[in-house]
Amino acid sequence: MSETKTETSLKGVKNLAALTGNEAVAQALRQINPDVIAAYPITPATEIVQIFSTYVSDGLVNTEFVAVESEHSAMSATIGASAAGARAMTATSSQGLALMWEMLYIASGLRRPIVMPVVNRALSSPINIHCDHSDTMGARDAGWLHIFSEDAQEAYDNTIQAIRISEHPDIQLPTMVTMDGFIISHGMEVVKMLDDDVVRDFVGTYKPDTYLLDVDKPVTMGGLDFTDFYFEHRRQLAEPMEAAPGVVKQIGEEYGKLTGRKFGLYEGYMLDDADYVMVLLGSTAGTAKTIIPELRAKGIKAGLLKLRMFRPFPADEIADAAGRAKKIVVMDRAEGFNAVGGPLCAEVKAALYGKSRAEVVNAVYGLGGRDLGPDLARAAFDLSGPGVIHLGVRG
Amino acid sequence: MPARKYLRPERLPTYWCPGCGDGLVVKELAGAFGDLGMDASNTVLVSGIGCAARAPGYFLLESVHGLHGRAVPIAEGIKTARPELNVVIFSGDGDLLGIGCNHLVHASRRDTDLTVVLIDNQIYGMTGGQKSPTTALGVKTLTSPDGNTDRPVDCQALVKAHGSFYARATTFHLPLLGKALRAALTHRGFAVVDVRSQCPVNFGKRLGFKNAYEMLMHFKKAYRPVAGEVDRLGPGEIGITR
Ligand SMILES: Cc1ncc(C[n+]2csc(CCOP(=O)(O)OP(=O)(O)O)c2C)c(N)n1
Ligand SMILES: [Mg+2]
Repeated sequence: MSETKTETSLKGVKNLAALTGNEAVAQALRQINPDVIAAYPITPATEIVQIFSTYVSDGLVNTEFVAVESEHSAMSATIGASAAGARAMTATSSQGLALMWEMLYIASGLRRPIVMPVVNRALSSPINIHCDHSDTMGARDAGWLHIFSEDAQEAYDNTIQAIRISEHPDIQLPTMVTMDGFIISHGMEVVKMLDDDVVRDFVGTYKPDTYLLDVDKPVTMGGLDFTDFYFEHRRQLAEPMEAAPGVVKQIGEEYGKLTGRKFGLYEGYMLDDADYVMVLLGSTAGTAKTIIPELRAKGIKAGLLKLRMFRPFPADEIADAAGRAKKIVVMDRAEGFNAVGGPLCAEVKAALYGKSRAEVVNAVYGLGGRDLGPDLARAAFDLSGPGVIHLGVRG
Repeated sequence: MPARKYLRPERLPTYWCPGCGDGLVVKELAGAFGDLGMDASNTVLVSGIGCAARAPGYFLLESVHGLHGRAVPIAEGIKTARPELNVVIFSGDGDLLGIGCNHLVHASRRDTDLTVVLIDNQIYGMTGGQKSPTTALGVKTLTSPDGNTDRPVDCQALVKAHGSFYARATTFHLPLLGKALRAALTHRGFAVVDVRSQCPVNFGKRLGFKNAYEMLMHFKKAYRPVAGEVDRLGPGEIGITR
């Protein structure tokens, strides 16, 4: 594991560390110091909790760590710990997230503010351990907030902020913080960490609103709820999603003051006057940011809209920021299996409906870790036509 | 060698780390197929996920490589639809006794006619060496840096609870392993062969074993074959139970 060292040559920046995405998130977990972590190993997320388990044994955190026998149990134990009043976390990827599926809905339905780093990986079958977004896309309507990260720095920053977002009184919902498998999780970069006490002050102590064994305020969680009130409760569950954009922005600003970095619902790169806009999630933003200046130099007004928040979906912001473009290329790192479009494109089209005359093109790319190099990314700007275009596929 | 016709030598060398015990089990199972003259066109291999679960890829047999923990129910489905097939499962300790443990219990209750080859290396080998459901108490792994505090699963107790076939061998005791596999393959009903195997790279080295040879010598010392069929194998005993 990498050591944190103080760097004096960069003014105002200390705690620079060479970290992989997994190491950066493990450091964030150490600084958050949750009460309980229950987890099960799965490539490429295994290291996050494995590294964390050494912090537990070295006494660097006060966390109870449970190595459970499956992800279904991991999410269940995390929900149980959270219901008992603990700040509880877990981490997973791919099939692990798929196996958690029914418990994901319990976590949101019980309003447990659980934060879970998810390392995006393809789903079986066939078996593949590399990056795409099929896993979290399959959980996109489970009542969780989804925050995507472009690099290890963002994975670190987003994990810390997610605690505050999830636990915010107006939210009280679980959040998954994602990063691209291997590309971010195993790629090493320089990460600017905050001091431990700064993070601990920022996340504060978890004060649950309701928890089990509070004899003055006894509760039943997840009771039977038929035609009488189920509908009302489901609507209540959707309401915090409306409050979430404001909360995410507010906490992003607060965290931004500590770090000098900016955190909104999306990041625009050469976006304001762009005629050709690429919309995407995750690490591919880095590739887009290298080719866009080249296109600009040739007089092509290209730009990028990198979504940070996927759930709730910032539809109005997207329409405002990109609606005036001539063409919008939506890059999906997951197949939609619906003959209409990838999950991101479907949402973007809905967001633009009635607000934009842009041609919206959908490219599905990078499934199972297939690399999207600068040439393909450049080619994506030239794509045209309806339907789903599979970019970089053979045959 | 009759075993050869069940294998795909063109796939060698195996994907496993040098010194891994999985290849020895593959060889013994192919040998048992040969000894019994099993019909390759009538035999199916099923596995979950893990290093052990990669074994079917080296056989010249039809196979299904499913999901972590789910080899047993997939095999039950195959056997139910096509009862005339021989259905053999490759599984690891994590796969069979952890994430998919409930399936083991219920398939043995139903006494479905399946043969399970459990390669128990006492570790999650494929994910790099985290403690597994059979890691012994006190043993240090990547997720138990202070020593494991969870008691290991007693596979024999689970399988024998419903009267299913259970045998135990190690990758050092290959003739016994061959005999156990033959007995399991000819047993009508649910049968488990529990093979203690070595993972030198992601487990043994961290325990202080220099190489696979040292681990095999450890098996030689730590496990004692029992003669004939017994009701129950004691700790450190290997053999076939009634
Ligand atoms: C649902 C799910 N969770 C986690 C994993 C990651 N995973 C793959 S193999 C494995 C452990 C395998 O251990 P074991 O069954 O003992 O087999 P071995 O590799 O030791 O042979 C894990 C945790 C997965 N593939 N699917
Ligand atoms: Mg194992």
